[in-house]
Amino acid sequence: MSNSIIKPQKGISRRSVLQAMGATAGAGLALQAMPGFVRYSQAGTSEPVKIGLQLHRTGIGASYGRWYERVTAAAVKVINDGGGINGRPVEVIIEDDGTDPKRGAEVVEKFATQHKVDVAYGTLFSHVVIGSAPRAGELKMPYVVVSEGHHVASGKLNRYVFQPGITDVRSQVIAMAPWISKNLGKKVTMIFPDFAFGHDHRDYFSEAIKAQGGEVAGLIAIPPTESSFTRYLPQISSSTEVLYHVMVGPAVLTFVKELGQFFGSTRPQIFGFIDSLEAVDLATPQLEFLEGTYFWEGNPRYAQKDQTEYDKFYREMVGVDANGASASDPKDISTYSHMFGCWESLFAIKQAMEASGYEGQTPKDKQGFIEAMEAIQKFDEGREHPQGDKIFNGKNHQCYGHQNISKVTGGRLELVHRTAIEDGLYEVSADYTKMSL
Amino acid sequence: MTSPSFTKAAGLHLLVIMSLFVLQFVLPAYHHLAIARIMVLAVFAMGYNLLFGYAGLLSLGHALFFAAGLYGAGLTAYHLGWSVPAAFVAGTGSGFLASLLVGLISLRTSGVAFMIVTMMFAQVAYLASLYFTTYTRGDEGLVMPDAARRFELFGASFDLTDPTVRYNIALALLTLTTVVIFAIVRGTTGRTLIAIRENEPRTLMLGYDTFRIKLKALVISGTLSAMAGSAYALLFAYVGSSFASIQYSIDALLFTLLGGAGTVLGPLLGTVAMFYMIDIASEYTAAYLLVTGLALIALVLFFPKGIVGTIRERWVSWLP
Repeated sequence: MSNSIIKPQKGISRRSVLQAMGATAGAGLALQAMPGFVRYSQAGTSEPVKIGLQLHRTGIGASYGRWYERVTAAAVKVINDGGGINGRPVEVIIEDDGTDPKRGAEVVEKFATQHKVDVAYGTLFSHVVIGSAPRAGELKMPYVVVSEGHHVASGKLNRYVFQPGITDVRSQVIAMAPWISKNLGKKVTMIFPDFAFGHDHRDYFSEAIKAQGGEVAGLIAIPPTESSFTRYLPQISSSTEVLYHVMVGPAVLTFVKELGQFFGSTRPQIFGFIDSLEAVDLATPQLEFLEGTYFWEGNPRYAQKDQTEYDKFYREMVGVDANGASASDPKDISTYSHMFGCWESLFAIKQAMEASGYEGQTPKDKQGFIEAMEAIQKFDEGREHPQGDKIFNGKNHQCYGHQNISKVTGGRLELVHRTAIEDGLYEVSADYTKMSL
Repeated sequence: MTSPSFTKAAGLHLLVIMSLFVLQFVLPAYHHLAIARIMVLAVFAMGYNLLFGYAGLLSLGHALFFAAGLYGAGLTAYHLGWSVPAAFVAGTGSGFLASLLVGLISLRTSGVAFMIVTMMFAQVAYLASLYFTTYTRGDEGLVMPDAARRFELFGASFDLTDPTVRYNIALALLTLTTVVIFAIVRGTTGRTLIAIRENEPRTLMLGYDTFRIKLKALVISGTLSAMAGSAYALLFAYVGSSFASIQYSIDALLFTLLGGAGTVLGPLLGTVAMFYMIDIASEYTAAYLLVTGLALIALVLFFPKGIVGTIRERWVSWLP
């Protein structure tokens, strides 16, 4: 290999793609079951559709990245087994961004100019998305993120950036408020990390709970360098009915343990976001205090009694058992509340490419793809969208869907409420369609 | 100033700059984009090297100066709508002021204490960038507005989304930095800095005001680093806290060590080597940082003076 030519690292090689294309007769079954699918037998080109997966393989996002890669591989296999996109196989090229915005921008440049992918996709951490997005726009590279940040929906990025597979944090937070105020209490104390992610929760939830007739009894911001929380806990007002926490990072186990020591058996209702415990086993001894508390989940980690056939199919394809762990390693817990976004984003890409008759990488093709994405109005629940139906706003490039509230019961998360899509809607002022392509 | 060694050295540096100019016409697209980014980061490393390589002051807080430039340029462009040239001056000026202030305090210490004090200052800046989320969006960061993606200067229009414009602006900044560093290290100030590095008490005894000279070096070093930060924000349209983190202080140190501390071209070569080491190693393994680490260990063991430093020691003694 010449040093000046860097061969792409292929998570899903073309060879395996082509093998999958000629695989068993049962290969098409999965796809035929999908509503609205049209098999394209005559593709304009046999070249694969190249999708660049900007992966957090290393850095703070690595536990998510591992599962994002697995879900991507599973979804692409299903797509290819069903005939690909417009009759072309899908090839995924993986680049590690180190969960770093600088490297993220470099990776987008590499996708656009060296690997020459059709779409870059799969970024989770907000700072990497925001650091990469300007380059995606300038290089006219469609960039489909799976981030749940409000950055796409806010309109501060550009016309090439989409988030069709996962809802944004603002929508998630405001969707929680009605149920919390009705079922847990109206006086809420919030504990959140003192940086942008925590501030979003503080601002959006404070506004939402007040709209429900509730009040914020206290705001406790935890500095990002903090590793012990004992000295902050006395700030929790005695009138607090609900403690809302969004602690993230490795200190979450300490946080829960110290919370347990502080409250003992008498505690207010507690509600948190599962982000803190993605890829963490709820059976971890330090987490016993969480029994009886509530969590937001993007997608219920544990298979519920009324599990849909779509969730069952998705779990099977991705290799996740009924407890949300890897089917081959019960200790390898998935990031179930986020990774479905990869699966659904890939099918959204497929839908837009098929709607626009995407053939190559001409400006016309890219424009057609962007406009087809913007024209999507909803996603029906099904194998392509196992988390549930969604609506898509073509102006701010963001989908809106159902949220889940689960209670820790016997060391498992049991679904107690599923919000309506309307619960997470807010006034949208962004309009990317006004930007030129 | 016109000795044979000066002529050869100046010629070599001119050749490097000319080569980088010519390269843009032959480089594949990805490498064209990468080299533009590398040149901006090399300005940061060269600024760092003036302090570390020539004055012998090991700072672990240079991300503060890079971030001062990044935020000085980014925030004025984003919130105040300043033009690109004005934002660039604001960023570079922020670095000048920050380095003057930090220098006046931190240069009262030396050795390990200096490392720790500079690191603490940088950590304060990093946490401040997280804390003032209202203005900085902290760890998430900000995307530069459209208005800051183009500017006019002397009647000419420049579009910062154009890779050729970006490349040549980065090259212009690298050229300016090379000229400044070359002039300093070939002149009296450079000689005095080396004297301070080798034996500060003796330099003091000879009548030099070593504090003032070190402060001068730190301010020039910090201002150059801030110039790189300003350029990064404006050329690549993103401002975020990660650039203020200790990783970037260490990056400048690693680029310098790899290329050769106390050489003008060493940091540039080190930045290129580190970028491509990571870029290529990540093709083969998720443990690319391990590969980088092993390469650095090997370098320290077998080529402690870095690439250019070793070349100077063994073959080309006239390299500045």
